[in-house]
Amino acid sequence: MTSLKVSIAGVTLKNPVITASGCCGFGQEYDKFFPMERLGGISMKGMTLLERQGNPPCRIAETPAGMLNSVGLQNPGVEAFLEKELPPLLGRDVVKIANVAGSTIEDYCGIAERLDSSAVDMLEVNISCPNVKAGGAAFGTSCETAGKVVSQMRRYTTKPMMVKLSPNVTDIVSIAKAVEDAGADAISLINTLLGMRIDINTRRPILHNNVGGLSGPAVFPVAVRMVWQVANAVKVPVVGMGGISKWQDAIEMMMAGARAIQIGAALFSDPFTPVKVLEGMEDWMERNGVKDINEIVGTVQPW
Amino acid sequence: MAYLQGSCPIVKKRQLTPTIFDFTLSCPQMAQQAQPGQFLHVKVDGFSLRRPISICRIGKEESTLRMVFEVRGEGTAALSQLREGDQVDLIGPLGNGFPLLSPDKKVVVVGGGIGVPPMLETAARYGSNATAIIGFRNQGAVILEDEFRALGCDTRLATDDGSAGFHGFVTQLLDQRLQEGKPDLICACGPAGMLKGVVKLAQEAQVPCKISLEERMGCGVGACLVCACKTVKDGREIFSHVCKDGPVFDGNEVVLE
Repeated sequence: MTSLKVSIAGVTLKNPVITASGCCGFGQEYDKFFPMERLGGISMKGMTLLERQGNPPCRIAETPAGMLNSVGLQNPGVEAFLEKELPPLLGRDVVKIANVAGSTIEDYCGIAERLDSSAVDMLEVNISCPNVKAGGAAFGTSCETAGKVVSQMRRYTTKPMMVKLSPNVTDIVSIAKAVEDAGADAISLINTLLGMRIDINTRRPILHNNVGGLSGPAVFPVAVRMVWQVANAVKVPVVGMGGISKWQDAIEMMMAGARAIQIGAALFSDPFTPVKVLEGMEDWMERNGVKDINEIVGTVQPW
Repeated sequence: MAYLQGSCPIVKKRQLTPTIFDFTLSCPQMAQQAQPGQFLHVKVDGFSLRRPISICRIGKEESTLRMVFEVRGEGTAALSQLREGDQVDLIGPLGNGFPLLSPDKKVVVVGGGIGVPPMLETAARYGSNATAIIGFRNQGAVILEDEFRALGCDTRLATDDGSAGFHGFVTQLLDQRLQEGKPDLICACGPAGMLKGVVKLAQEAQVPCKISLEERMGCGVGACLVCACKTVKDGREIFSHVCKDGPVFDGNEVVLE
């Protein structure tokens, strides 16, 4: 028997496959394709203290091997989350990760405090959303502010905190170290890469927000590189994401140093991607005599 | 109800105009569940996003769904190259369709351009009790007119340039129809400007009106929130989502810009 069990910041996941924030709502939609218990975890839609309506459409553009989005953190706010979105997840055997975003440090702290007594298993601190004018990636692109968000939140929560990093920085390692020093229990990366498409007929950007976040297979090599760099520089567990669309990608990401992986944009093309990734990983483990998936984490042998 | 995904063979392919194609797909389970106004989320090999395409006819006995789509870009161009026997990866039927009134009700369906196909199944339920008002740019762009007539619908055609049918817009024909008597429901799909005109006439005539919207989509199931459209709920403007809250909305709740 192979074991796919992994542990992130003291939270045990039955397998390392997590659906990525922003791509799977609050878990209910993809539950209509396959039971959410198949997953190790769900990282839910980024939530803010108060409801947000997000950006005007158009919010999505196709790109070679990927897509741009500029949803702009549309979400019902933390109170509505606790009242409406979390209750249907109670009793479901899947790790529930609340993705937390804000315009100010006080926002982040307020949500952390509000979620502290909830059934959420872990917080994913989103300091990397490229689609909001205030906050978001503004916090995640400097070591000082990134560290400050985390250390301030720490005072308001006993939940494990996983900090989600932006790839839109010159030195990902220094940001990763800063959030680790500030008290992050885990690090997840990468959020989307800032991009743009233009309609050549109208000479207008396709996205109403002009720019948006690039995800999908196109970003996978960037994600592998950043996960590898960060995993080599920090002691806390790293969760890798960015363009994973098949089981081979998941194995590769784990060899780069990820303890678990997240799947996002691939859901839109094939909603069963997480299940296929899991099945493919299990087959690969059996063929290669790998008894415990943890054995492969960070095992890439660099030249 | 669980969402269905499947690889479905094209059993019949037709080309209706230089840019509009008509696929009949064999998909037994989806055909049983489908309702007029719902859509299929269609995978095209080599493209990362699926294409939402409305259901044009439901063949419950034949276990088929028919979709009529326009080549808009590279994805739909690639889709149009598929041949009979080829498989198409579908998710569906998705979204909320048009309300299903008793077939003896008087229903007016209004379609503009590529908004016409979903109105065919909607009209089919009401047969000769339906008035079908369909509009196109010109004679060369006219599709499905004979099929509305074959269903027994009171079919009224308009073209922008007058090359076929009435010279003018569907809203003018709707205005005329409403003067002849009050229907129980108006259902419409087409460009935003057309829908705006239809909703206005429906409001003036105090007839319930349902409209089908289109927006660029991601997941198709309400998870990713990209297909936003402005609606009014409890007196305030919010962004609803075409895939899950629609594609059919009440005409009074949508803010058309």
